[in-house]
Amino acid sequence: MFKFPKIALLLTLFLTSLTVVAQSTKYPGIGRDATSKEVAAWDIDVRPDFKGLPAGSGSVAKGQDVWETKCAQCHGIFGESNEVFSPLIGGTTAADIKTGRVANLTRADYPGRTTIMKVASVSSLWDYINRAMPWTNPKTLSTEEVYAVTGFMLNLAGIVPDDFVLSNKNIAEVQQRMPNRNGMTTAHAMWPGKEFGNAAKPDTQNVICMTNCVTEPKLASFLPDFARNAHGNLSEQNRTVGQQKGADTTRPEGNTDKTSATPNTFATTSPVATKSTDSKSDNKAVLALLSKNLCSACHGIDKKIVGPGLTEIAKKYPGKVDYLAGKIKAGGSGVWGAIPMPAQNISEADAKIIANWLANEAPK
Amino acid sequence: MKDQLNDSGRIIKAPENFLTPTDVKMVFSEGKQGRRDFIRRAFAAASSATAASVAAASAPAAWAQSNPIPSEGGDPNILNLPEHATGLGQGVATEAYGKPSKFESNLQRRQSPGLTQTTQSSVSFAPLQSLFGIVTPSGLHFERHHQGWWDIDPSRHRFMINGMVKNAKVFTMDEIMRLPSVSRFHFIECGANTAVDWGNVAVPTVQYTHGMLSCSEFTGVPLITLLELAGADLKNGKFVLAEGGDGSSMTRTIPMSLITSGQVLVAYGQNGEMLRPENGYPLRLVVPGTQGVSWVKYLRRVEVGDQPYAAKDEAIHYIDLQPSGLHRQYASIQECKSVVTTPSGGQVLLDKGFYNITGLAWSGKGKIKRVDVSTDGGRNWRQARLETPVLSKALSRFNLDWIWDGKPAIIQSRAQDETAYVQPMYKQLRDVRGTRSIYHNNAIQSWLVQENGEVKNVQVS
Repeated sequence: MFKFPKIALLLTLFLTSLTVVAQSTKYPGIGRDATSKEVAAWDIDVRPDFKGLPAGSGSVAKGQDVWETKCAQCHGIFGESNEVFSPLIGGTTAADIKTGRVANLTRADYPGRTTIMKVASVSSLWDYINRAMPWTNPKTLSTEEVYAVTGFMLNLAGIVPDDFVLSNKNIAEVQQRMPNRNGMTTAHAMWPGKEFGNAAKPDTQNVICMTNCVTEPKLASFLPDFARNAHGNLSEQNRTVGQQKGADTTRPEGNTDKTSATPNTFATTSPVATKSTDSKSDNKAVLALLSKNLCSACHGIDKKIVGPGLTEIAKKYPGKVDYLAGKIKAGGSGVWGAIPMPAQNISEADAKIIANWLANEAPK
Repeated sequence: MKDQLNDSGRIIKAPENFLTPTDVKMVFSEGKQGRRDFIRRAFAAASSATAASVAAASAPAAWAQSNPIPSEGGDPNILNLPEHATGLGQGVATEAYGKPSKFESNLQRRQSPGLTQTTQSSVSFAPLQSLFGIVTPSGLHFERHHQGWWDIDPSRHRFMINGMVKNAKVFTMDEIMRLPSVSRFHFIECGANTAVDWGNVAVPTVQYTHGMLSCSEFTGVPLITLLELAGADLKNGKFVLAEGGDGSSMTRTIPMSLITSGQVLVAYGQNGEMLRPENGYPLRLVVPGTQGVSWVKYLRRVEVGDQPYAAKDEAIHYIDLQPSGLHRQYASIQECKSVVTTPSGGQVLLDKGFYNITGLAWSGKGKIKRVDVSTDGGRNWRQARLETPVLSKALSRFNLDWIWDGKPAIIQSRAQDETAYVQPMYKQLRDVRGTRSIYHNNAIQSWLVQENGEVKNVQVS
């Protein structure tokens, strides 16, 4: 009877302190424990030490099949395309695989930097493909497909052989062949914490100087003349009143008609000329549909992105509403090139509207 | 969708006359080559006396009094009473959610032509050249999407905490909004802001050089409050992964030390209303002082861990290439930076005389301490007035009186933050990091005011 209350007291104290230290109970009724099913559904990240990587495997051969149906449209057959996104593959060598440093990254004259040139951790590829690819249907690849596509990319870069099967068991060995695995540093002062034991001092040390600070300034770089109007008419991108106006870049410099930009012209001030949009509304609605159904990810208005430009299609099929509606839904290949257009999950009504616009109203 | 259609259904290059891919390549390659001869010629011409008289002769209106008395003895805008002074105006709630004046339609966030091939993985730039004070109107806040934006039903949005915690937790928006909230002004700047000018001048206006920058009052709950509710291991859990709920499911590693300091917020409010869908409605992370990509939108989950995560946007992008070929990884702080927004590239000064030079300064390490402004390309400087409020890791507005004599002038601003760090010159930055870096360009910006009044984006050395 003597001992028990003491133990109980100690136990209570112990438990209380545990609760206070580890878990706040300040806000009763807020939040609940997540179920293991819920955590499993969302906790998909994979770390460089492969924590979070699900067991599984996928072959390079299988990866090639997946690649050609789901990836090549944007990234090119060999991961080399820069038409939609930055190139993924290229620029690495067998020597890089040995050293773990991509030599081309030291060359100022090397034209581009591909994903495989930069990435140090193979987990980053696996994790990203799994969470965000394919572009229009993220998180729809099976675990096997993610392994397979990752393996296929590594094969394109010469990191694994043609008959390789990437799996959770051999991925750590593959990591030791990543061409830029030794290419990262945290020796800088730009991480907002001390977790990396990183440098504390910023890498530039400018000082405050107030008079005669530098010799006569020399212009080292200048916006080229042909780029003056490259972003559109700058007079339409500044407020119409204020201490300055936007330059009318549709006219040569120095010929700006100042009177048109003078604030106190005596003509009735009118709002900025906005071109009538009423008759454009149909086109606008179609453009919105094209965007909503992700057509515009692959088809530009007048230029090819992955598939042909819409004006090219319109020119080829005047009046052929049903044919176009069918193609929009079913996809196809061979008419405009080898890259297939997959079947589209688009409503009949939307497909008809777009087909009708292409066949009858779109610019030819 | 870059092109638009005109009334007749014909294609026009509008509204911004986008560059063709070939032209874009030309801009960048000519930019790369430096164009030194061209520049020398251009500047020599701009400075010479003959050029000055030519410019003055060709633009007489530039020197005219801009508010003259007309011959009839008075301004008709004064003498003839306008309709709005003699008629009945409109009623309340005509616009249930008010819009800017129709005369303000030039202020829009805009894409930079040729920068990206899709609109879903792209950016639009805020019109800094026409904004006042420090707050960015929510509808003009810059956009950066990685896989398109969504308007998510907040009643179905959930926030999860797992990893090195005593109990993994889920929260509804109702629950998060019941917790004690804070409201704080912070800037958000994309790590790639001013990236196009790393090597050479490439774009015409401050909207495109510095427009991946905005500042809002954010309202939300300190993340540490939520981590404590889950019983997070704050000692061994040195890193937190933040993850978005959209298609890209953006992930970034956040340092625990910044979270325990109470600065990192799980935010739902922006400038008095909820976040805009383009900015992460209904929930986003606010990580003051760090590049925008860490401010994960549509925030669905954080995971506490003992190692960094090397997510795609901290292993392949948002890494800083050094001349050695090494990349700086986990470089996240936006260091002290400033820019003059008036006068700035693409603007025209209409007259000699008084101007208020104005601009923005900010630092990811705290408050702005001072801003100096030069009108002679960095030779002589004057200290600008810092307007209130001056807040930590927020935009600060500076102003300086200036009388333009009509001669060419190169305008610069140079900010210093409370750590005593001074914004670097281009040369200092390039000496350390080279010219092939993409991110974290915080160099001093130069604008050349030419004799004809037109302002150009230039770089000095």
